[in-house]
Amino acid sequence: MSVLPYLVAIWVLSWGVYGIVTSHNLVHLVVCLSVAQASTYILLIGVGYRSGATAPIFAEIPSSTPVVDPVVQALALTDIVVEATVSALLLAIAVQTKKRFGTVDPDELRALRG
Amino acid sequence: MTIAPLPIAVPLIVAAALAATDFVHRRRVTNLVAIATAATVTALCAILIFRSAAGPIVYWLGAWHPRHGVALGIALAVDPLGAAMATLAALLVTATLLYSVKYFDAVSNLFQALMLVFLAAMVGFCLTGDLFNLFVFFELMSVAAYALTAYKIEERGPLQGAINFAVSNSLGGIMALIGIALAYGRTGALNLAQIGEALAQRPPDALVAVAFALIVLGFLVKAAAFPVHFWLADAHAVAPTPVCVLFSGAMVELGVYGVARVWWSCFAAPLGGDAIALRPVFVWIGVLTALVGAVMCFRQRHLKRLLAFSTVSHVGIFLLCLGALSHIGIAALAAYVLAHGLAKGALFMCVGVLIHRFAEVDELRLRGCGRRDAGLLFVGVLFAASGIVLAGAPMIGAFLGKSLGEASVEEAGFGWTVAIFVVASGLTAGAVLRAAGSIFCGWGEDEPPGVAQPQEGDVEPETLELHDRTPATMVVPPALLTVAALLVSVAPGLEDAVQHAAAQFVQTGAYADAVLHGRNTFVALPTEGLKAADFVWGALSLLLALAVSGLALFGRGLVERVPERLRRAGESALQPLEAAQSGHPGDYVAWLTAGAGALCAVIVLALR
Amino acid sequence: MTRPVRLGLFLTGMAALAATLAVAVGDLPGFGHYPGPYGTIIARTGVAARHGTDLVTTVNFDYRVFDTLGEEFILFTAVLGVALVLRRRRGEERTSEEPPEEHHFPGSSSALGAIGLALVGPVLVLGAWVVTHGHLTPGGGFQGGVVLAAAILIVFLAGEYVAMKRVAPHAALELAEASGAAGLALVGLGGLIFAGVFFKNFISLGSPGAILSAGTIPIGNLAVGIEVAGAFLMLWTEFSDQALVVRSR
Repeated sequence: MSVLPYLVAIWVLSWGVYGIVTSHNLVHLVVCLSVAQASTYILLIGVGYRSGATAPIFAEIPSSTPVVDPVVQALALTDIVVEATVSALLLAIAVQTKKRFGTVDPDELRALRG
Repeated sequence: MTIAPLPIAVPLIVAAALAATDFVHRRRVTNLVAIATAATVTALCAILIFRSAAGPIVYWLGAWHPRHGVALGIALAVDPLGAAMATLAALLVTATLLYSVKYFDAVSNLFQALMLVFLAAMVGFCLTGDLFNLFVFFELMSVAAYALTAYKIEERGPLQGAINFAVSNSLGGIMALIGIALAYGRTGALNLAQIGEALAQRPPDALVAVAFALIVLGFLVKAAAFPVHFWLADAHAVAPTPVCVLFSGAMVELGVYGVARVWWSCFAAPLGGDAIALRPVFVWIGVLTALVGAVMCFRQRHLKRLLAFSTVSHVGIFLLCLGALSHIGIAALAAYVLAHGLAKGALFMCVGVLIHRFAEVDELRLRGCGRRDAGLLFVGVLFAASGIVLAGAPMIGAFLGKSLGEASVEEAGFGWTVAIFVVASGLTAGAVLRAAGSIFCGWGEDEPPGVAQPQEGDVEPETLELHDRTPATMVVPPALLTVAALLVSVAPGLEDAVQHAAAQFVQTGAYADAVLHGRNTFVALPTEGLKAADFVWGALSLLLALAVSGLALFGRGLVERVPERLRRAGESALQPLEAAQSGHPGDYVAWLTAGAGALCAVIVLALR
Repeated sequence: MTRPVRLGLFLTGMAALAATLAVAVGDLPGFGHYPGPYGTIIARTGVAARHGTDLVTTVNFDYRVFDTLGEEFILFTAVLGVALVLRRRRGEERTSEEPPEEHHFPGSSSALGAIGLALVGPVLVLGAWVVTHGHLTPGGGFQGGVVLAAAILIVFLAGEYVAMKRVAPHAALELAEASGAAGLALVGLGGLIFAGVFFKNFISLGSPGAILSAGTIPIGNLAVGIEVAGAFLMLWTEFSDQALVVRSR
C-alpha cells in the first residue's frame, strides 16, 4: 500500500505524544519526545524513497543507476543530531530536578503556578 | 561585497572561541569581546536594511546558483523587513550584554557564548530563504534559549520552567518539520521561493492545507499564541531577567515573523484565493490570545510574569495585524514589533534593577521601595514611560503600529477587532502603571482589588544578595531603549519606510523572480496615513490604562460597591484560566495537541 | 488539570490531527514515487560537480553545508547547556578525583578490562576511517565522531573511570568541541576569503574515489568529527561525574 509508511509515521507520532501527556517520570517523558521525533525521520525518508533504486553512494556503481533521494537523508541526519542534543539537555535538567525536587514525577513539580 | 553571511558566521565563531578559552578567566575581556561582537552584528544588519531597499539581496551560499529555477544550495534572501527584525534582535542583545556586566556573576564564559549563539540563530532565522534552514535556526534559537532558561540551577523554578519550555517548543518543532516534509514531498524543493512557485501550479488540496497548518503551528508555539502560550509565563518567571529581555523583545516576535514569511513566500499563491476563509483563523487566535494575555497580565503580582502575559497579549495584537493578510498589516506589525521590543526590553531591565537592589520580584512586597533614591525614581520614570509606549497613546511608541493595524483590520472586514486593540493594550499598560504607582510612589494597598492571591514559589531572588546602588551599566541601556521606544511613532521617515518594506515583503511573485531568476519586478503599493479615528483609539487606550490602574490603586471604595455575588462570579470565572497555567508539561502538551488538531481541521475545512 | 481531563483534551486533539494528517498523506505521490527535482538533479550531477561519491555527505557538507553549520552549533550549544546545568552548585563538592580504588562495575573482571582495552585501538582506527572516508562511502563526521567517542568510552566500560578522565580531561574536550565547531565556520570563511563566496568549495577537487578529493568536504568532515567526539565525551563525563564524583556536603 503506497501510504503505509506515512501512516506508520502518524502512528508513531501519536504514541510518542500520548507518552508525553501521560508520563509519570521525566526520563520517560524525554524518551517519548524522542519517539515523537522519530516519526519525522520515517516521514522524511519515506517521502524520498524510489522503488527499485539503491543508496546514493556511487563508489562502485555506474553513475546512471537510479538512486533514492540523498537530500532527505541529509535532512534526517540533521534532524537526528538535533533530537539527540535536545534530549541530552533535557536529561541533564532531569538530573538536577531529581536533586532539587527529590522527584522526577511531573505531577509533583509544583514550583510554578498561575 | 555582500556581507549577508557575516552577521551569522561572526557571532558563531566568537562564541566557539569564548567557549574554547573558558579556562582563561578574564571576565572583562569576555564582556568586551561579546559586546563588541553584538554591536558589530547590529551594524551589519542595519547596513543590510539599506542595501536591500530596492530589492532583496540574494546570496547563494557555496555559489550554488539555481539551475532553471531549481535551487541547489541554500540562499540568504535579505529584504528590509528581515534585516530590520535582525537589527532589532541584535540591538537588544547588545543592550542586554552591556546590562549583564554588573547584573550577576556570570559563570565562566558560557553565558556570553550562549547569548552570541542565540543572536546568530535569530539573525539567521531572519535572513534565510530556505525552509529547512529556517527550521535549523529555529531549533538553534530554541536550544540556546532552553540552556539560558535553566541558568539558575540553585532554584527549583528554572528547572521546571526549562522543562516546560523545552517540551512545548520541541513538539512545536516536530510539528513544523512534519509540515516541511509534506511540502517537500509535494514540491521536491526546500527553497521558500521555489516551494511557492511549485505550489502555485496546482489548486490547493488537503496536503497543502495541512503542511501550512503544521508549519504555522510550530511557529505559533514559539510566538506563544493561545492555546500554546503556557510555556512563556513559566520561562519568563524563572529565566534570568536579561534573558527575558530577549525572549519577549525578539524571540517571540520571530514566531510571528516566521508565519508571515512562510505565508507570503510559499503559501500565498496556492491559498491566497481562500484568504477570506483563512483570515478568521488568525483573527480568532489573535483575539483569544490578546484577551487571555491581558486578563492574566492584570492578575499578576509577580512582575516578570506580569510582563510575560503582557507579551502574550501583544502577540495577540500582532496576530490580528497579520490576520489582515495585507501589506498594511505587515507594516503595522513591523512598527508595533519595533516599539514593543524596545519598550518590553526596557521594562524587564527596570525589573532587573529592582531585583538587583531588593532581591524581590513581587509587586506588593516592593510597595514603596522605589522611592529610596533618585536613581530608583529615574528607573520608575522609565518603567512608567515604557508602559505608556505599550498603550499606544497618540504619537507615542506603539501608536504608529496600532494605527496601521487598525487600518488593516478595517480594510479586511474585521473593524470590530479595533476594540481588542484598545482593551488589550489598555489593560496591559494599566497593569504596568499600577505596578509603577505601587512600587515607585507607594500608592495602593496591600491587597489591591483584582490581583490574584499569592502562589507557591512565586518569588525567587536571582541575585542572592542585596546591593546598595545601581551601577550605570544597568540604567543607561533601559534609558536608551525607552527613549528609542517613545520616538518610534515620530521618527522621520519611519512610517514610509515600514510601508515600503512591507510592500516588498508581500509580493510573492516578485520575491520568487528575485531569488530564482535574478529579476527585480517589485512595484510600489498604496500607502496609508494616520487618521483622526486613530487618535481617538489611542487616547481611549491611554484612558483605559489610567482608569484600571487608578481603580486598582485607589478604587477600593468603588470596587466594594459592586455586589459581592458579582465579584465572586468574576473570580470564579477566572479560576479555570488560572488553573490552566498549571506548570505541568503534560497539560501543556495536551493543549498543543488540541490546538494542532483544531488548526489542521479548521484549515482543511476552510478550503473545501 | 486532572488526568482524565488532560487525557480527554489530548485524545480529541490527536484524533483530529491524525485524521487530517492521514488525509494529507493520501495526497502525497505514493511511497516509492519520489518525483524530484531536488534529489534527482543532485543524483545526476553531484559526483561530477564535487567528485565525492557519497552523495549524502556531499549534500551535507557542500550543497547544504549551512544547515550542517547550524546543526553543529546546536550540538555545541546543547553540550554547553549540559555543562551549565550540571555545574557544581553551592553546597556540593567533588570527591577526590583519585578515589582509593578504580570505579568497578559489579561483575567486572580483569578479563573484561583486558578485552576492553584491547579494543580501544581498533575502534579508534575504525572511527578515524569513517570520518576520513565520509565523502567516499557511507559515514562522515557525525557518524565517525560518535565511533571515536565510543573508543574512549570503552576505557570507562573496562572499569577505568579515572584513567578515562586522564586521557580525556575536561579542558581538552571543551577545546576539541569548540574548535571543531569553529572549524566548520572557518571553512566557510575560507570560501569567502579565497573564492569570494561563503562556503564555496575552494580546494581542488581531485579525482572521484581518491581520499584527497571533493575539496573542502573532507575538511568539514574532520572538523565535525572532532567536535562530535569531544561533545559526546563531554556529555558522558558530565553525567557520570554527577553519578560518581559530585556529592552534597
